[in-house]
Amino acid sequence: MLKQIQQLGANTLGTLQGLGRATLMLFGALWGRPRPLKNWHLYMKQIYVVGVLSLLIILVSGLFIGMVLALQGYTVLAKFGAEQMLGPLVALSLLRELGPVVTALLFAGRAGSALTAEIGLMKATEQLSSMEMMAVDPLRRVIAPRFWAGVISMPLLALIFNAVGILGGHLVGVDWLGVDAGGYWSAMQANVDFQQDVVNGVIKSIVFAFIVTVIALHKGFDAVPTSEGISQATTQTVVTASLAVLGFDFVLTAVMFGG
Amino acid sequence: MTSRKLELFVGFFVALAIAALLLLAMKVANTGVAGSDQSYQLLAKFENIGGLKVRSPVKVGGVVVGRVESIKLDPESFQPVVTLDINSSYNNFPETSSLAILTSGLLGEQYIGLQPGFVDENVEILKNGDYIEDTKSAIVLEELIGQFLFNRGNQ
Repeated sequence: MLKQIQQLGANTLGTLQGLGRATLMLFGALWGRPRPLKNWHLYMKQIYVVGVLSLLIILVSGLFIGMVLALQGYTVLAKFGAEQMLGPLVALSLLRELGPVVTALLFAGRAGSALTAEIGLMKATEQLSSMEMMAVDPLRRVIAPRFWAGVISMPLLALIFNAVGILGGHLVGVDWLGVDAGGYWSAMQANVDFQQDVVNGVIKSIVFAFIVTVIALHKGFDAVPTSEGISQATTQTVVTASLAVLGFDFVLTAVMFGG
Repeated sequence: MTSRKLELFVGFFVALAIAALLLLAMKVANTGVAGSDQSYQLLAKFENIGGLKVRSPVKVGGVVVGRVESIKLDPESFQPVVTLDINSSYNNFPETSSLAILTSGLLGEQYIGLQPGFVDENVEILKNGDYIEDTKSAIVLEELIGQFLFNRGNQ
């Protein structure tokens, strides 16, 4: 019994310490004048690895999620004779919820785990220590480009996901199920507001990008430098980032659309 | 991977994202199509606006000519004052025109129907900031049922 209480206390302290270390790591990486022009190739490389290589999974899953939304929505809407509301249904659910959230979950699985494993292995093979030996700050050389690449790439990926999903909904709704094409777009235009829906969705995905990238970098940077430690850190990245995204999604939704 | 190829891929990625944003802004949210055009404002007092909302359409014979810009309550008469943003290309409504709050379909959204009035030599054309005097309120279902029951009781 006593041991369990001790364990609880140790876990709490460990979590708090992890939060503190993540914040300090972020400050260390971003403190001072950022010089993206000097390290242009580092940033390019990371945007390629984090963003461009995630493009395929985002395109395919966006298409299929839009198609499923249209198929499921149609069967319910057809019962009420409201098929022309299929456009707003697909567009609003993608822009407000599914776009940012599913992109963040896929991003955590596809890019976040890779970031953690890469940095963890750098630590295990003492590349980070040797950088320090050469008076190169690993926080600014390794962490900062990956952080900015993640924060820039994920909102762009979410935008692409939304657009592809709406086109997928068009494919199923209009071309297969026979909803009127003009009605699909015009009902969408009448119900979707740029400020309220598109911009808020982008804000959501920026917040999620920050959360997922910081968690992935922190787990990698703090990993136990053994093969087992790296595998644990990678798993933790996906689990923690997914839970954090879903939790923050509720808070953001309550703030943006709850009132 | 050469640096040139890398930059090409990243450029393609960013261009794709910009194209997606343009699609969302133009085709999905339809920004600026009503807002960027020149418009003028008309005002109208109603007894009851029902479920009318800001950005509800204003229609003449089913054609959208403008949108509801704001809804306020007159502090003295306690009547709702609705400001309408009308597209400047429709600038020749006579002051005898009337407004009614209508519903599209049985459960649809409410909109304002504008019925253009007659034109005479001493009837002026509505300008920016003018009031439309002849308005019909929204039909409130409860009042309608109440009226019906009241009439039945009298018989």
